[in-house]
Amino acid sequence: QLRRCKPLHWPSLPAQRKYMRSPLIPEMATQEVQLNETLAHLKTESETLKTKLEEERAKLHDVELHQVAEKVEALGQFVMKTRRTLKGHGNKVLCMDWCKDKRRIVSSSQDGKVIVWDAFTTNKEHAVTMPCTWVMACAYAPSGCAVACGGLDNKCSVYPLSLDKNENLAAKKKSVAMHTNYLSACSFTNSDMQILTSSGDGTCALWDVESGQLLQSFHGHAADVLCLDLAPSETGNTFVSGGCDKKANVWDMRSGQCIQSFETHESDINSVRYYPSGDAFASGSDDATCRLYDLRADREVAIYSKESIIFGVSSVDFSLSGRLLFGGYNDYTINVWDVLKGTRVSILFGHENRVSTLRVSPDGTAFCTGSWDHTLRIWA
Amino acid sequence: MTIRTVRPNRGQRFRPRTHCLKKLDAMVVEMQDPKNGVKGSEQKLNVTTIPHAITGANIIAWISNKMKTTTEEAQVFGTMLMAYGYIYPLQNHRKLVMCNDSSLYRFQTPYFWPTQQWVPEDSDYAIYLAKRNIRKKGMLEPYEQVDYNHLHEWLNHKWDFIVMQATEQYKAGRDRNKADRVVFDCQERAFWIVNRPPRRTHSALDVGPERLINPNVEEKITFDQYRRVNIFYQQAIMRSKVKSSVSLGALVKYITSYKNHDAFLAPCLPSNPWETDHDAYWTLNMRRVDVPTKMRVERWSFSLFELLTDLRGRDDFKIFLKKEFSGENLAFWEAAEELKWGTASSMSAKAESIFKTFLAPGAPRWINIDGRTMGLTVKGLEHPHRYVLEAAQTHVFMLMKKDTFFRYLKSPTYKEIQKKALSPEAHNFSPAQLEDNARNRSAGIHPIILWQQEEEEKAKAAAASVPVDVKAVMSKIDRKK
Repeated sequence: QLRRCKPLHWPSLPAQRKYMRSPLIPEMATQEVQLNETLAHLKTESETLKTKLEEERAKLHDVELHQVAEKVEALGQFVMKTRRTLKGHGNKVLCMDWCKDKRRIVSSSQDGKVIVWDAFTTNKEHAVTMPCTWVMACAYAPSGCAVACGGLDNKCSVYPLSLDKNENLAAKKKSVAMHTNYLSACSFTNSDMQILTSSGDGTCALWDVESGQLLQSFHGHAADVLCLDLAPSETGNTFVSGGCDKKANVWDMRSGQCIQSFETHESDINSVRYYPSGDAFASGSDDATCRLYDLRADREVAIYSKESIIFGVSSVDFSLSGRLLFGGYNDYTINVWDVLKGTRVSILFGHENRVSTLRVSPDGTAFCTGSWDHTLRIWA
Repeated sequence: MTIRTVRPNRGQRFRPRTHCLKKLDAMVVEMQDPKNGVKGSEQKLNVTTIPHAITGANIIAWISNKMKTTTEEAQVFGTMLMAYGYIYPLQNHRKLVMCNDSSLYRFQTPYFWPTQQWVPEDSDYAIYLAKRNIRKKGMLEPYEQVDYNHLHEWLNHKWDFIVMQATEQYKAGRDRNKADRVVFDCQERAFWIVNRPPRRTHSALDVGPERLINPNVEEKITFDQYRRVNIFYQQAIMRSKVKSSVSLGALVKYITSYKNHDAFLAPCLPSNPWETDHDAYWTLNMRRVDVPTKMRVERWSFSLFELLTDLRGRDDFKIFLKKEFSGENLAFWEAAEELKWGTASSMSAKAESIFKTFLAPGAPRWINIDGRTMGLTVKGLEHPHRYVLEAAQTHVFMLMKKDTFFRYLKSPTYKEIQKKALSPEAHNFSPAQLEDNARNRSAGIHPIILWQQEEEEKAKAAAASVPVDVKAVMSKIDRKK
């Protein structure tokens, strides 16, 4: 189904400009008073509008998720174990991504190393040393022929991979994205030719890999953007980002405008992931909850939390059908949630430090977690 | 552009994200309640007596009772209390892991709790190390010695001040009675283990690079921002929304359709490669198989998007379209996708070839779209950009989705492939066989090789599907005559 939302336009504000001058002359002091009044007026207007939006959303809210889920059969017991432990990083593992071949992964760590593994055989296939530490973002290209990574160097670089194990990959490195602060996440779009990045400078951007040209930038977050995810839908033109301003924004890649925004978390949003159908997304935050947002109804529809879970979620992902939500937490555990019924199905132990990244494999047969204990684990 | 010019001070450790700390504080206060808290006692350690020492087993039992969780979860929680520095171990002071036995722990004094507003700076750490050095030379551990040397270099300009402070603190310490001194030393050491962890110690305060925005500070919102936010709210209010019952129903429907395809919910046939170390599942589902599996074919019927995303399904769809002589819609859709996701430099060339092949009047693969869309698209192609074909592509996709797709599902092509599709038997490996599998894990084909093969196939297909140049054929026939 096509979503019929028009992109927003920011009209220019020439009329208000005259209020922006500072009051150097006593006559202008009255304008300063006017400015303060207008600011207060706008603030109240903002609050009124926010309440009205909540009302409009509530009008269409005729049923809760767990009510709809009553008719769905309950899940059985799960036996999920660590099937592989990948050791080789010398410091905290910060990020990982799967290759479309369902068995290879790329992972990056605090010591600047980016390693490509065949997780099935646990062989390391390639290793790249980045010129910076804290490589917080890495991504595998859809073709399987390149990887992208970046972090404290404020850049996103693409390394084409090669069949020759002895080849120095750093020689063919291509610098694509350039931000003014650390790179927090990156992702290829449907091809190797474009990369979407998010940064600590509060913006996201879409880049052309071949030329390094900025194709579109996305402004609207008031603080560091920590994560992003591209929509799997047939139109493939939107993505969601989450940031330190507690907001999750949905963006239109064509116009650069924010089309939907959700602010219900109580702390930084560390991870966002689309539901497999593209009509909803989940977010994980430092406030120890995961939340599900329905894009068509334009509201939050579920909160996955427990009294006993008080440590932040660093990373979330859905299983293939969307029934399970996996969350990697800062208390070294992984919690598995039943998306429909809202209950926790399972808790997995094994890592010796916080779980920093979690991704389900492309065919849903396993999921991989990376942790600050220097290892990655594959669970199935 | 929201350019942040405030550079964080990289010499400092940013104070931790405090959302969980308030709850931890409350919990620890409760744990120390003389009546209902964790039972502690005096313990003899080496020569001195340590007051209020508690065992790991008691802590875990208390947490498990209070939070109504399993012992394992309580143990995890206990470990986190240590990782944040609320509790410290007496025996192995470097290992911040809660053990469910009689190993001894103590509560950290609130002065050293992470919620306190002061951030432990490098100069504080230098003073601490200097103080220990003054007390007894050679008392620093190797990692501390390294840190000390580094700080001596880095903070050389302040070194006199640091040594002075260290001496003052040392003298003040000597004035305390021995028991208090021992306790305070323990607490201070525990504090620094958590804030400047040695190599193999995992501390929760080791949080990583600073974020630019302090979550505890109220943000000042400007005039401009309020205007924008208000406009956004107004448009959000006016946007059409769907009833919850409808959208949530759709989510449930999706889950129900894909239930049997989710490896965590239903068994993977023949077996999950990660469980049995046998990659038959992947080999049977490769890009170019002659006969796909039944599950894969079933998935194609879920939506046109699924059918097209699975390239094997797309091939099958193309066979059907060829029989119907309506392949141009899919070809146009594919070409538009290539334009959208291609490199910026190739765009104008691609746009031109698409126009010539699909949109120009009398084009060899002319697509049948409504006049308005055609007009808009042709006009847009004068100045081609990435999304110039968006309207036409959507129109074509909807056409295929609402009409062609359903005809495909009812067609003999689909029914045939359904019949031919494989239904692999579930593997039943004996433990010996599983061990064997684990030793001989197959390496599979490298994605780069697969990619190269794909490119070759695509080139071949492109060459084969070049539209017939009628004039050339006619002139050939004429020449023959």
